[in-house]
Amino acid sequence: MMIQSIRKFFNTFLLFELLKGMAVTGRYLFARKITVEYPEEKAPQSPRFRGLHALRRYPNGEERCIACKLCEAVCPALAITIESEQREDGTRRTTRYDIDLTKCIFCGFCEESCPVDSIVETRIYEYHGEKRGDLIYTKPMLLAIGDAYEEQIAQDRAADAKYR
Amino acid sequence: MLDSLLAYPQALLGPLWPVVWTLVKIMLIVAPLMLCVAYLTLWERKLIGYMQIRKGPNRVTFFGIRWLGGWAQPIADGLKLLVKEVIIPTGSNKILFVLAPVMALGPALAAWAVIPFSPELILSNIDAGLLYLMAMTSLGVYGIIIAGWASNSKYAFLGSLRSAAQIVSYEIAMGFSLVGVLMASQSLNLAEIVKAQQNSAGAFGWFWLPLFPLFITYLIAGVAETNRAPFDVAEGESEIVGFHVEYSGMTFAVFSLAEYSAMILISTLTAIMFLGGWLSPFPASWGLIGTGGFGWLFAKIFFVASLFLWFRATFPRYRYDQIMRLGWKVFIPVTLVWIVVLGAWMQTPLWIWWK
Repeated sequence: MMIQSIRKFFNTFLLFELLKGMAVTGRYLFARKITVEYPEEKAPQSPRFRGLHALRRYPNGEERCIACKLCEAVCPALAITIESEQREDGTRRTTRYDIDLTKCIFCGFCEESCPVDSIVETRIYEYHGEKRGDLIYTKPMLLAIGDAYEEQIAQDRAADAKYR
Repeated sequence: MLDSLLAYPQALLGPLWPVVWTLVKIMLIVAPLMLCVAYLTLWERKLIGYMQIRKGPNRVTFFGIRWLGGWAQPIADGLKLLVKEVIIPTGSNKILFVLAPVMALGPALAAWAVIPFSPELILSNIDAGLLYLMAMTSLGVYGIIIAGWASNSKYAFLGSLRSAAQIVSYEIAMGFSLVGVLMASQSLNLAEIVKAQQNSAGAFGWFWLPLFPLFITYLIAGVAETNRAPFDVAEGESEIVGFHVEYSGMTFAVFSLAEYSAMILISTLTAIMFLGGWLSPFPASWGLIGTGGFGWLFAKIFFVASLFLWFRATFPRYRYDQIMRLGWKVFIPVTLVWIVVLGAWMQTPLWIWWK
Protein backbone atom coordinates (compact mmCIF):
# COMPACT_ATOMS: atom_id res chain seq x y z
CA MET A 1 0.00 0.00 0.00
CA MET A 2 2.72 2.38 1.10
CA ILE A 3 5.02 1.34 -1.73
CA GLN A 4 2.19 1.70 -4.21
CA SER A 5 1.41 5.26 -3.18
CA ILE A 6 5.11 6.19 -3.27
CA ARG A 7 5.36 4.74 -6.77
CA LYS A 8 2.24 6.64 -7.78
CA PHE A 9 3.74 9.86 -6.39
CA PHE A 10 6.92 9.48 -8.42
CA ASN A 11 5.09 8.40 -11.55
CA THR A 12 2.95 11.51 -11.31
CA PHE A 13 5.70 14.00 -10.59
CA LEU A 14 8.17 12.56 -13.09
CA LEU A 15 5.41 12.88 -15.74
CA PHE A 16 5.89 9.24 -16.58
CA GLU A 17 2.67 8.70 -18.51
CA LEU A 18 3.00 12.00 -20.34
CA LEU A 19 6.48 11.02 -21.51
CA LYS A 20 5.10 7.68 -22.64
CA GLY A 21 2.49 9.49 -24.71
CA MET A 22 5.11 11.76 -26.20
CA ALA A 23 7.21 8.73 -27.07
CA VAL A 24 4.33 7.39 -29.15
CA THR A 25 3.90 10.58 -31.17
CA GLY A 26 7.69 10.94 -31.33
CA ARG A 27 7.95 7.49 -32.86
CA TYR A 28 5.35 8.29 -35.49
CA LEU A 29 7.25 11.46 -36.38
CA PHE A 30 9.76 9.21 -38.15
CA ALA A 31 7.29 6.67 -39.50
CA ARG A 32 6.68 6.38 -43.23
CA LYS A 33 3.97 8.84 -44.27
CA ILE A 34 0.82 7.41 -45.81
CA THR A 35 -0.41 10.59 -47.52
CA VAL A 36 -1.75 9.96 -51.04
CA GLU A 37 -0.91 13.06 -53.06
CA TYR A 38 -4.16 13.06 -54.93
CA PRO A 39 -3.92 14.37 -58.46
CA GLU A 40 -0.59 12.60 -58.99
CA GLU A 41 -1.30 9.51 -56.92
CA LYS A 42 -4.62 7.77 -56.51
CA ALA A 43 -5.88 5.28 -53.96
CA PRO A 44 -6.67 1.81 -55.33
CA GLN A 45 -10.31 1.13 -56.22
CA SER A 46 -12.47 -1.94 -55.73
CA PRO A 47 -14.46 -3.36 -58.67
CA ARG A 48 -17.47 -2.68 -56.46
CA PHE A 49 -16.71 1.05 -56.38
CA ARG A 50 -19.91 3.07 -56.53
CA GLY A 51 -19.33 6.22 -58.53
CA LEU A 52 -21.10 7.97 -61.39
CA HIS A 53 -24.06 6.09 -62.89
CA ALA A 54 -24.29 4.69 -66.41
CA LEU A 55 -26.95 2.98 -68.54
CA ARG A 56 -25.69 -0.09 -70.42
CA ARG A 57 -26.61 -1.60 -73.80
CA TYR A 58 -26.61 -5.17 -75.06
CA PRO A 59 -23.77 -6.06 -77.45
CA ASN A 60 -26.16 -5.62 -80.39
CA GLY A 61 -26.68 -1.99 -79.43
CA GLU A 62 -30.13 -2.35 -77.91
CA GLU A 63 -30.51 -0.51 -74.61
CA ARG A 64 -31.00 -2.85 -71.67
CA CYS A 65 -33.42 -0.77 -69.64
CA ILE A 66 -37.01 -2.06 -69.88
CA ALA A 67 -38.54 0.70 -67.72
CA CYS A 68 -39.59 -1.67 -64.94
CA LYS A 69 -39.06 1.25 -62.52
CA LEU A 70 -37.64 -0.98 -59.79
CA CYS A 71 -34.72 1.38 -59.38
CA GLU A 72 -37.05 4.34 -59.12
CA ALA A 73 -39.02 2.51 -56.44
CA VAL A 74 -36.02 1.37 -54.44
CA CYS A 75 -34.12 4.66 -54.56
CA PRO A 76 -34.08 5.91 -50.93
CA ALA A 77 -33.25 9.48 -51.99
CA LEU A 78 -35.93 9.63 -54.71
CA ALA A 79 -33.24 10.70 -57.14
CA ILE A 80 -34.47 8.72 -60.16
CA THR A 81 -37.32 9.84 -62.43
CA ILE A 82 -38.54 7.50 -65.18
CA GLU A 83 -41.17 7.91 -67.88
CA SER A 84 -41.89 5.17 -70.41
CA GLU A 85 -43.95 4.28 -73.47
CA GLN A 86 -44.44 1.36 -75.81
CA ARG A 87 -42.17 1.33 -78.80
CA GLU A 88 -43.36 0.41 -82.32
CA ASP A 89 -41.99 -3.15 -81.97
CA GLY A 90 -44.18 -3.67 -78.91
CA THR A 91 -41.43 -3.45 -76.26
CA ARG A 92 -41.49 -1.00 -73.40
CA ARG A 93 -38.67 1.51 -73.22
CA THR A 94 -37.94 4.66 -71.23
CA THR A 95 -38.52 8.06 -72.76
CA ARG A 96 -36.99 9.76 -69.79
CA TYR A 97 -34.44 8.49 -67.29
CA ASP A 98 -33.09 11.25 -65.02
CA ILE A 99 -30.81 10.81 -62.04
CA ASP A 100 -30.44 13.85 -59.81
CA LEU A 101 -26.88 13.43 -58.53
CA THR A 102 -27.39 16.17 -55.98
CA LYS A 103 -29.93 13.88 -54.32
CA CYS A 104 -28.19 10.57 -54.97
CA ILE A 105 -26.44 9.01 -51.97
CA PHE A 106 -24.57 6.39 -54.04
CA CYS A 107 -26.02 3.46 -52.08
CA GLY A 108 -26.06 1.20 -55.13
CA PHE A 109 -29.63 -0.04 -54.57
CA CYS A 110 -30.60 0.86 -58.16
CA GLU A 111 -27.82 -1.34 -59.43
CA GLU A 112 -28.87 -4.19 -57.08
CA SER A 113 -32.51 -3.96 -58.06
CA CYS A 114 -32.00 -3.90 -61.83
CA PRO A 115 -33.15 -7.20 -63.37
CA VAL A 116 -31.29 -6.58 -66.65
CA ASP A 117 -28.05 -5.03 -65.31
CA SER A 118 -28.89 -1.81 -67.09
CA ILE A 119 -28.31 0.90 -64.49
CA VAL A 120 -24.85 0.51 -62.99
CA GLU A 121 -22.47 2.59 -60.96
CA THR A 122 -19.05 3.06 -62.53
CA ARG A 123 -15.68 3.84 -61.03
CA ILE A 124 -15.85 7.46 -62.21
CA TYR A 125 -15.68 9.93 -59.35
CA GLU A 126 -14.00 12.94 -60.95
CA TYR A 127 -16.90 14.94 -62.36
CA HIS A 128 -18.45 18.21 -61.40
CA GLY A 129 -21.25 20.61 -62.15
CA GLU A 130 -20.91 24.35 -62.17
CA LYS A 131 -24.55 25.02 -61.41
CA ARG A 132 -27.22 22.93 -59.78
CA GLY A 133 -28.85 21.68 -62.98
CA ASP A 134 -25.53 20.34 -64.25
CA LEU A 135 -25.77 17.41 -61.90
CA ILE A 136 -29.11 16.15 -63.20
CA TYR A 137 -28.00 13.42 -65.58
CA THR A 138 -30.44 12.57 -68.37
CA LYS A 139 -30.91 9.38 -70.38
CA PRO A 140 -28.62 10.34 -73.31
CA MET A 141 -25.86 11.37 -70.87
CA LEU A 142 -26.12 8.12 -68.93
CA LEU A 143 -26.14 6.06 -72.11
CA ALA A 144 -23.08 7.93 -73.35
CA ILE A 145 -21.20 7.11 -70.16
CA GLY A 146 -22.24 3.47 -70.54
CA ASP A 147 -21.00 3.40 -74.13
CA ALA A 148 -17.69 5.02 -73.24
CA TYR A 149 -16.88 2.77 -70.29
CA GLU A 150 -18.63 -0.49 -71.31
CA GLU A 151 -15.38 -2.47 -71.26
CA GLN A 152 -14.52 -1.47 -67.69
CA ILE A 153 -18.12 -1.91 -66.52
CA ALA A 154 -18.33 -5.43 -68.00
CA GLN A 155 -15.01 -6.36 -66.42
CA ASP A 156 -16.08 -5.17 -63.00
CA ARG A 157 -19.41 -7.05 -63.22
CA ALA A 158 -17.56 -10.21 -64.23
CA ALA A 159 -15.09 -9.86 -61.36
CA ASP A 160 -17.90 -9.48 -58.84
CA ALA A 161 -20.28 -12.05 -60.41
CA LYS A 162 -19.17 -15.00 -58.29
CA TYR A 163 -20.03 -13.19 -55.04
CA ARG A 164 -23.60 -12.45 -56.03
CA MET B 1 32.58 50.14 -40.84
CA LEU B 2 29.08 50.45 -39.44
CA ASP B 3 30.04 53.62 -37.57
CA SER B 4 31.26 55.40 -40.69
CA LEU B 5 28.18 54.23 -42.56
CA LEU B 6 25.93 55.65 -39.87
CA ALA B 7 27.80 58.97 -39.56
CA TYR B 8 25.99 60.51 -42.51
CA PRO B 9 22.35 59.92 -41.44
CA GLN B 10 23.39 60.83 -37.91
CA ALA B 11 24.57 64.26 -39.05
CA LEU B 12 21.51 64.67 -41.25
CA LEU B 13 18.89 63.91 -38.61
CA GLY B 14 20.64 65.56 -35.67
CA PRO B 15 18.60 65.29 -32.47
CA LEU B 16 16.05 63.00 -34.16
CA TRP B 17 18.73 60.38 -34.74
CA PRO B 18 18.33 58.30 -31.53
CA VAL B 19 14.60 57.96 -32.15
CA VAL B 20 15.07 56.88 -35.77
CA TRP B 21 17.92 54.53 -34.91
CA THR B 22 15.87 52.88 -32.14
CA LEU B 23 12.95 52.46 -34.53
CA VAL B 24 15.28 50.84 -37.07
CA LYS B 25 16.54 48.45 -34.40
CA ILE B 26 12.97 47.62 -33.34
CA MET B 27 12.13 46.87 -36.97
CA LEU B 28 15.19 44.66 -37.20
CA ILE B 29 13.79 42.59 -34.33
CA VAL B 30 10.09 42.67 -35.17
CA ALA B 31 10.27 41.96 -38.91
CA PRO B 32 12.23 38.67 -38.60
CA LEU B 33 10.05 37.81 -35.62
CA MET B 34 6.89 38.15 -37.71
CA LEU B 35 8.50 35.96 -40.35
CA CYS B 36 9.30 33.39 -37.65
CA VAL B 37 5.69 33.53 -36.46
CA ALA B 38 4.46 32.88 -40.00
CA TYR B 39 6.77 29.94 -40.49
CA LEU B 40 6.05 28.61 -37.01
CA THR B 41 2.46 28.08 -38.16
CA LEU B 42 3.77 26.10 -41.12
CA TRP B 43 6.16 24.09 -38.93
CA GLU B 44 3.29 23.41 -36.55
CA ARG B 45 1.13 21.98 -39.31
CA LYS B 46 4.06 20.03 -40.74
CA LEU B 47 5.20 18.57 -37.42
CA ILE B 48 1.71 17.63 -36.29
CA GLY B 49 1.14 16.18 -39.74
CA TYR B 50 4.30 14.06 -39.46
CA MET B 51 3.21 12.83 -36.04
CA GLN B 52 -0.13 11.80 -37.57
CA ILE B 53 1.74 9.97 -40.39
CA ARG B 54 0.69 12.68 -42.85
CA LYS B 55 2.85 15.00 -44.90
CA GLY B 56 1.25 18.29 -43.93
CA PRO B 57 0.92 21.27 -46.29
CA ASN B 58 3.06 20.65 -49.37
CA ARG B 59 1.17 22.28 -52.25
CA VAL B 60 1.38 26.08 -52.12
CA THR B 61 4.68 27.10 -53.61
CA PHE B 62 6.58 30.08 -55.00
CA PHE B 63 6.60 30.40 -58.80
CA GLY B 64 5.51 26.79 -59.25
CA ILE B 65 8.80 25.39 -57.97
CA ARG B 66 7.97 21.86 -56.87
CA TRP B 67 10.53 21.33 -54.09
CA LEU B 68 9.43 24.52 -52.35
CA GLY B 69 6.00 22.90 -51.85
CA GLY B 70 4.33 24.26 -48.71
CA TRP B 71 6.73 27.15 -48.19
CA ALA B 72 4.26 29.73 -49.49
CA GLN B 73 1.47 28.40 -47.26
CA PRO B 74 1.88 31.00 -44.46
CA ILE B 75 1.99 33.80 -47.04
CA ALA B 76 -1.18 32.51 -48.68
CA ASP B 77 -2.90 32.12 -45.30
CA GLY B 78 -1.91 35.63 -44.27
CA LEU B 79 -3.12 37.07 -47.56
CA LYS B 80 -6.42 35.24 -47.21
CA LEU B 81 -7.01 36.61 -43.71
CA LEU B 82 -5.97 40.07 -44.85
CA VAL B 83 -8.60 40.29 -47.58
CA LYS B 84 -11.39 38.72 -45.54
CA GLU B 85 -14.08 40.97 -44.19
CA VAL B 86 -13.69 42.29 -40.65
CA ILE B 87 -17.12 41.96 -39.08
CA ILE B 88 -17.69 44.33 -36.18
CA PRO B 89 -20.79 43.31 -34.19
CA THR B 90 -23.51 45.97 -34.01
CA GLY B 91 -23.70 46.16 -30.24
CA SER B 92 -19.95 46.12 -29.70
CA ASN B 93 -17.72 48.89 -28.44
CA LYS B 94 -16.03 49.48 -31.77
CA ILE B 95 -12.85 51.16 -30.59
CA LEU B 96 -12.10 48.61 -27.90
CA PHE B 97 -13.13 45.79 -30.23
CA VAL B 98 -10.43 46.75 -32.71
CA LEU B 99 -7.98 47.74 -29.99
CA ALA B 100 -8.16 44.38 -28.16
CA PRO B 101 -6.10 42.30 -30.63
CA VAL B 102 -3.47 45.03 -30.67
CA MET B 103 -3.44 44.99 -26.86
CA ALA B 104 -2.83 41.25 -27.01
CA LEU B 105 -0.05 41.51 -29.60
CA GLY B 106 1.72 44.63 -28.30
CA PRO B 107 3.12 43.27 -25.01
CA ALA B 108 4.22 40.03 -26.67
CA LEU B 109 6.33 42.12 -29.07
CA ALA B 110 7.45 44.73 -26.52
CA ALA B 111 8.97 42.00 -24.36
CA TRP B 112 11.58 41.37 -27.05
CA ALA B 113 13.31 44.64 -26.15
CA VAL B 114 15.24 43.02 -23.31
CA ILE B 115 16.00 39.65 -24.90
CA PRO B 116 19.77 39.12 -25.24
CA PHE B 117 20.36 37.44 -28.60
CA SER B 118 24.09 37.20 -28.03
CA PRO B 119 26.48 38.86 -25.51
CA GLU B 120 26.48 42.13 -27.48
CA LEU B 121 23.13 41.97 -29.22
CA ILE B 122 20.47 43.42 -26.91
CA LEU B 123 18.13 46.25 -27.80
CA SER B 124 18.00 47.50 -24.23
CA ASN B 125 20.19 45.90 -21.60
CA ILE B 126 18.27 47.01 -18.51
CA ASP B 127 19.00 45.69 -15.05
CA ALA B 128 15.36 44.94 -14.24
CA GLY B 129 14.92 42.87 -17.40
CA LEU B 130 13.17 39.98 -15.69
CA LEU B 131 10.77 42.34 -13.93
CA TYR B 132 10.03 44.07 -17.24
CA LEU B 133 9.30 40.70 -18.82
CA MET B 134 6.93 39.73 -16.02
CA ALA B 135 5.12 43.04 -16.46
CA MET B 136 4.87 42.68 -20.23
CA THR B 137 3.68 39.07 -20.29
CA SER B 138 1.05 39.97 -17.67
CA LEU B 139 -0.26 42.82 -19.81
CA GLY B 140 -1.30 40.42 -22.57
CA VAL B 141 -4.32 39.39 -20.51
CA TYR B 142 -5.84 42.86 -21.00
CA GLY B 143 -6.28 42.16 -24.70
CA ILE B 144 -8.28 39.07 -23.87
CA ILE B 145 -10.51 40.73 -21.26
CA ILE B 146 -11.13 43.73 -23.50
CA ALA B 147 -11.89 41.46 -26.47
CA GLY B 148 -14.49 39.59 -24.45
CA TRP B 149 -16.10 42.69 -23.07
CA ALA B 150 -16.09 44.73 -26.27
CA SER B 151 -17.70 41.91 -28.27
CA ASN B 152 -20.95 42.45 -26.33
CA SER B 153 -21.61 38.73 -26.47
CA LYS B 154 -22.10 36.58 -23.40
CA TYR B 155 -20.13 33.71 -24.93
CA ALA B 156 -17.14 35.89 -25.70
CA PHE B 157 -17.41 37.51 -22.28
CA LEU B 158 -17.52 34.24 -20.37
CA GLY B 159 -14.75 32.87 -22.58
CA SER B 160 -12.56 35.86 -21.86
CA LEU B 161 -13.11 35.51 -18.11
CA ARG B 162 -12.17 31.87 -18.36
CA SER B 163 -9.01 32.59 -20.33
CA ALA B 164 -8.09 35.50 -18.09
CA ALA B 165 -8.50 33.41 -14.95
CA GLN B 166 -6.35 30.70 -16.48
CA ILE B 167 -3.59 33.09 -17.51
CA VAL B 168 -3.54 34.91 -14.17
CA SER B 169 -3.40 31.60 -12.26
CA TYR B 170 -0.47 30.29 -14.23
CA GLU B 171 1.30 33.61 -14.02
CA ILE B 172 1.80 32.95 -10.30
CA ALA B 173 3.47 29.59 -10.85
CA MET B 174 5.53 31.18 -13.61
CA GLY B 175 6.56 34.05 -11.36
CA PHE B 176 7.68 31.63 -8.65
CA SER B 177 9.77 29.72 -11.19
CA LEU B 178 11.44 32.98 -12.12
CA VAL B 179 12.10 33.68 -8.44
CA GLY B 180 14.15 30.47 -8.46
CA VAL B 181 16.06 31.69 -11.52
CA LEU B 182 16.88 35.02 -9.99
CA MET B 183 17.98 33.35 -6.74
CA ALA B 184 20.33 31.11 -8.66
CA SER B 185 21.69 33.82 -10.95
CA GLN B 186 21.66 36.65 -8.39
CA SER B 187 20.51 39.06 -11.07
CA LEU B 188 17.43 40.38 -12.85
CA ASN B 189 19.44 41.27 -15.93
CA LEU B 190 18.85 38.67 -18.62
CA ALA B 191 22.38 38.85 -20.01
CA GLU B 192 23.72 38.34 -16.47
CA ILE B 193 21.39 35.35 -16.05
CA VAL B 194 22.88 33.72 -19.12
CA LYS B 195 26.41 34.52 -18.01
CA ALA B 196 25.70 32.96 -14.60
CA GLN B 197 25.05 29.68 -16.40
CA GLN B 198 28.47 29.70 -18.04
CA ASN B 199 30.84 27.23 -16.39
CA SER B 200 33.02 24.27 -17.18
CA ALA B 201 30.14 21.74 -16.99
CA GLY B 202 28.73 22.76 -20.38
CA ALA B 203 25.07 21.84 -20.81
CA PHE B 204 24.98 20.46 -17.25
CA GLY B 205 25.96 23.83 -15.87
CA TRP B 206 22.78 25.45 -17.11
CA PHE B 207 19.93 26.13 -14.73
CA TRP B 208 17.64 23.38 -16.02
CA LEU B 209 19.51 20.91 -13.82
CA PRO B 210 19.52 22.60 -10.39
CA LEU B 211 16.12 24.15 -11.06
CA PHE B 212 14.63 21.09 -12.76
CA PRO B 213 11.16 21.24 -11.12
CA LEU B 214 11.01 24.95 -11.83
CA PHE B 215 12.07 24.35 -15.43
CA ILE B 216 9.27 21.83 -15.99
CA THR B 217 6.79 24.04 -14.17
CA TYR B 218 7.82 27.04 -16.23
CA LEU B 219 7.50 25.10 -19.47
CA ILE B 220 4.04 23.74 -18.67
CA ALA B 221 2.85 27.04 -17.19
CA GLY B 222 4.13 28.67 -20.39
CA VAL B 223 1.95 26.36 -22.46
CA ALA B 224 -1.04 27.27 -20.28
CA GLU B 225 -0.11 30.95 -20.34
CA THR B 226 -0.19 31.08 -24.14
CA ASN B 227 -3.52 29.22 -24.26
CA ARG B 228 -1.95 26.39 -26.21
CA ALA B 229 -3.06 22.75 -26.30
CA PRO B 230 -3.62 20.91 -23.98
CA PHE B 231 -4.75 24.06 -22.14
CA ASP B 232 -6.52 25.61 -25.13
CA VAL B 233 -10.02 25.91 -23.72
CA ALA B 234 -10.21 29.30 -25.44
CA GLU B 235 -10.40 27.75 -28.89
CA GLY B 236 -11.64 24.21 -28.44
CA GLU B 237 -14.15 24.52 -31.27
CA SER B 238 -15.74 21.16 -30.67
CA GLU B 239 -16.64 21.68 -27.03
CA ILE B 240 -16.35 25.28 -25.93
CA VAL B 241 -16.47 28.86 -27.20
CA GLY B 242 -13.57 31.22 -26.54
CA PHE B 243 -13.12 34.96 -26.23
CA HIS B 244 -12.56 35.49 -29.95
CA VAL B 245 -15.89 34.14 -31.28
CA GLU B 246 -16.89 37.52 -32.68
CA TYR B 247 -13.60 38.17 -34.42
CA SER B 248 -13.01 37.57 -38.11
CA GLY B 249 -10.51 38.43 -40.81
CA MET B 250 -7.49 40.45 -39.82
CA THR B 251 -8.63 41.16 -36.24
CA PHE B 252 -8.73 37.42 -35.67
CA ALA B 253 -5.38 36.99 -37.42
CA VAL B 254 -3.80 39.47 -35.01
CA PHE B 255 -4.98 37.29 -32.12
CA SER B 256 -3.31 34.24 -33.57
CA LEU B 257 -0.26 36.37 -34.32
CA ALA B 258 -0.23 37.30 -30.62
CA GLU B 259 -0.60 33.67 -29.62
CA TYR B 260 2.27 32.51 -31.78
CA SER B 261 4.59 35.37 -30.87
CA ALA B 262 3.82 34.71 -27.20
CA MET B 263 4.75 31.11 -27.88
CA ILE B 264 8.08 32.12 -29.39
CA LEU B 265 8.63 34.51 -26.48
CA ILE B 266 8.02 31.81 -23.87
CA SER B 267 10.34 29.47 -25.80
CA THR B 268 12.99 32.17 -25.85
CA LEU B 269 12.63 32.85 -22.14
CA THR B 270 12.89 29.14 -21.38
CA ALA B 271 16.00 28.98 -23.55
CA ILE B 272 17.57 31.99 -21.86
CA MET B 273 16.74 31.19 -18.26
CA PHE B 274 17.02 27.43 -18.16
CA LEU B 275 18.87 26.29 -21.26
CA GLY B 276 21.79 28.68 -21.22
CA GLY B 277 20.67 31.24 -23.83
CA TRP B 278 23.38 31.78 -26.40
CA LEU B 279 25.87 29.43 -24.67
CA SER B 280 27.11 26.38 -26.50
CA PRO B 281 26.72 22.97 -24.83
CA PHE B 282 30.16 21.99 -26.12
CA PRO B 283 33.57 23.05 -24.74
CA ALA B 284 35.09 26.15 -26.32
CA SER B 285 37.94 24.10 -27.81
CA TRP B 286 35.50 22.56 -30.33
CA GLY B 287 35.79 25.54 -32.65
CA LEU B 288 32.67 26.83 -34.35
CA ILE B 289 30.07 24.71 -32.54
CA GLY B 290 31.90 25.34 -29.26
CA THR B 291 31.44 29.10 -29.42
CA GLY B 292 28.19 30.52 -28.19
CA GLY B 293 26.09 32.89 -30.29
CA PHE B 294 22.74 33.60 -31.83
CA GLY B 295 22.76 30.27 -33.65
CA TRP B 296 22.68 28.35 -30.39
CA LEU B 297 19.93 30.54 -29.00
CA PHE B 298 17.93 29.99 -32.16
CA ALA B 299 18.43 26.23 -31.95
CA LYS B 300 17.19 26.21 -28.35
CA ILE B 301 14.17 28.39 -29.18
CA PHE B 302 13.36 26.04 -32.06
CA PHE B 303 13.63 23.04 -29.77
CA VAL B 304 11.33 24.47 -27.09
CA ALA B 305 8.82 25.74 -29.68
CA SER B 306 8.77 22.27 -31.24
CA LEU B 307 8.06 20.87 -27.77
CA PHE B 308 4.94 23.08 -27.70
CA LEU B 309 3.81 21.54 -30.97
CA TRP B 310 4.71 18.06 -29.77
CA PHE B 311 2.48 18.57 -26.72
CA ARG B 312 -0.33 19.64 -28.99
CA ALA B 313 0.05 16.54 -31.13
CA THR B 314 0.07 14.27 -28.08
CA PHE B 315 -2.18 15.37 -25.26
CA PRO B 316 -5.96 15.58 -25.07
CA ARG B 317 -7.46 18.85 -23.88
CA TYR B 318 -7.75 19.48 -20.13
CA ARG B 319 -11.08 20.07 -18.48
CA TYR B 320 -11.28 23.61 -17.10
CA ASP B 321 -11.43 22.62 -13.41
CA GLN B 322 -8.43 20.33 -13.97
CA ILE B 323 -6.51 23.26 -15.41
CA MET B 324 -7.22 25.32 -12.31
CA ARG B 325 -6.39 22.43 -10.00
CA LEU B 326 -3.05 21.88 -11.73
CA GLY B 327 -2.16 25.54 -11.50
CA TRP B 328 -3.15 26.21 -7.92
CA LYS B 329 -2.78 22.90 -6.14
CA VAL B 330 0.22 21.40 -7.91
CA PHE B 331 2.44 24.01 -9.53
CA ILE B 332 2.37 26.67 -6.83
CA PRO B 333 3.22 24.21 -4.00
CA VAL B 334 5.91 22.55 -6.12
CA THR B 335 7.59 25.84 -6.96
CA LEU B 336 7.35 27.07 -3.36
CA VAL B 337 8.91 23.86 -2.05
CA TRP B 338 11.72 24.04 -4.56
CA ILE B 339 12.43 27.66 -3.72
CA VAL B 340 12.89 26.64 -0.07
CA VAL B 341 15.07 23.68 -1.11
CA LEU B 342 17.06 25.98 -3.38
CA GLY B 343 17.54 28.52 -0.59
CA ALA B 344 18.86 25.82 1.71
CA TRP B 345 21.00 24.31 -1.06
CA MET B 346 22.62 27.64 -1.81
CA GLN B 347 23.84 27.91 1.79
CA THR B 348 25.82 24.68 1.48
CA PRO B 349 29.10 24.04 -0.36
CA LEU B 350 27.18 21.65 -2.66
CA TRP B 351 25.96 24.65 -4.62
CA ILE B 352 28.35 25.11 -7.53
CA TRP B 353 26.50 27.54 -9.80
CA TRP B 354 27.74 30.87 -8.55
CA LYS B 355 30.87 31.83 -6.84
